[in-house]
Amino acid sequence: MKILVCISNVPDTTSKINFTNGDTKFDTNGVQFVINPNDEFGLTRAMWFKEKQGATVHIATVGGANVEPTMRKALAIGADEAIRINAEPTDGFFVAQQLANIIKDGAYDLIIAGRESIDYNGGMVPGIIASVLDINFINTCTNLEIDGANATATREIDGGKEKIATTLPLIIGGQKGLVEESDLRIPNMRGIMMARQKKLTIVEPIDAIKATQDTKFEKPAAKGAVKLVTSVDELVNLLHNEAKVI
Amino acid sequence: MSVLVYTESENGKFKKNAFEVASYAFEIAKQMGTTATAVSFNVSNNEVLGDYGISKILTIKNDTLSTFNAKAFSSCINQAAEKEGSKIIILSSSTDTKFLAPILAGHLKAGYIPNVVAAPESTSPFIVKRTTFSNKGFAFSEINTTVKIVGVSNNSFGVTEHKVSATIEDFNPTVTDGDFSTKSIEIDKVVGKATIADADIVVSGGRGLKGPENWGMIEELADVLGAATACSKPVSDLGWRPHGEHVGQTGKPVASNLYIAIGISGAIQHLAGVSSSKVKVVINIDPEAPFFKAADYGIVGDAFEVVPRLIEKLKEFKAQNA
Repeated sequence: MKILVCISNVPDTTSKINFTNGDTKFDTNGVQFVINPNDEFGLTRAMWFKEKQGATVHIATVGGANVEPTMRKALAIGADEAIRINAEPTDGFFVAQQLANIIKDGAYDLIIAGRESIDYNGGMVPGIIASVLDINFINTCTNLEIDGANATATREIDGGKEKIATTLPLIIGGQKGLVEESDLRIPNMRGIMMARQKKLTIVEPIDAIKATQDTKFEKPAAKGAVKLVTSVDELVNLLHNEAKVI
Repeated sequence: MSVLVYTESENGKFKKNAFEVASYAFEIAKQMGTTATAVSFNVSNNEVLGDYGISKILTIKNDTLSTFNAKAFSSCINQAAEKEGSKIIILSSSTDTKFLAPILAGHLKAGYIPNVVAAPESTSPFIVKRTTFSNKGFAFSEINTTVKIVGVSNNSFGVTEHKVSATIEDFNPTVTDGDFSTKSIEIDKVVGKATIADADIVVSGGRGLKGPENWGMIEELADVLGAATACSKPVSDLGWRPHGEHVGQTGKPVASNLYIAIGISGAIQHLAGVSSSKVKVVINIDPEAPFFKAADYGIVGDAFEVVPRLIEKLKEFKAQNA
């Protein structure tokens, strides 16, 4: 089984978000970049397929040279080789077309992407790839088992979960549940050393539609001070008469 | 050339978010000098959409579509858009809709912007405001393509009534076997209880509750309020509560009218995930808990004393205001 894990390079979840250039760009100053958490759950599940079912694990990222440390981390966790598509990932439709171009000739059985990246939250890349290449797709995937050419998956739905049967080739939008938080791996020294030797191919982007662009950013308005109360009577009264939410 | 809106339903009835996306579609139609058309699947009371400015409803009645299937539903919406010549398609931000939206976008070569929180800033160029960086910021995003898809954030634009008389038209899009190449085999869903996605009120517990055995009072408080229950990331990682209840940056977003956080200190990732809630209440024993800075109302106190008293008080309140 040949697996491709699509990895997005995103600010660490603890990052404070600021904008620069007259609020037209994300300020990367002092920001630590990591593997997108939803992608990392998928990568870790891919490692499980590698160890238990003999899969090979490839990764792909759309980005400039600045994303390579994050890609090397994925290789240190255990991915076999990497492809970097040399373009700025400013639009989900554009990114999906770049990845689809790699996938169409790559003979991958399983493509794992995250449900969404935690920076721009587009949540569209795996679905557009599925649509463009006409392959089976399951979003918000929390469990995945592969048996030969058959796949059984669970996806999160509002208020519960749904079990789905399908066949390979398959693309998923993964999230927590594919593996648990405690299954995530911290690369060890041997992994880091080996990652330096692994193949990281750089390819140039194809011509593709940029369907959207962010013209300006804004931070949420500052929050007023909390109203502290000492009794539940007072709280219920405020929620009813002032906030009008009960 | 009408604006097309997909109005979601469950068991033959529209979901709450259907009226919000319908209101949004009408607002855009008004701005662009056109009308709004809805597409619905197996719904019995379609005419109600006329209350929200929808002047035409394409109703699909098809038993093979009684269970949601992203590919099949996307194909039907695609056919509805073609039939109406719609260049703008309005969707919700539910889990199901976020599943079908990119499939639709790929087919129509349409720019898709999800998590939109307000009516367009302008329609030419087409610019909408959306949340980004997991609710830590907003972006004004422009769609450049001919066909445009807008995913409206839950409980953001709101529901606005505008009565028009709606034409109801049967619509029979083609569905093929290929549309069902992913097959639903089992659905495990809470019935008769509010879900985090559409609840007006969410009651959420954190590590301050000390163990899963103490969730009885969280559930009781939720019951009294008709609220959904949720939890912080550590609680779901520890296995005290199911993953589906985890709210925050890597969990579910919350956009309720009222969010009550009990024993949750308020890590930045959690605050981001719940920041779209309109009113936030925090109950925590630690006055230094960061959540107090992000909340509207707070009680500094032991949850094990405060919550039972709050339940009693709310029962009294409900009895008086019933």
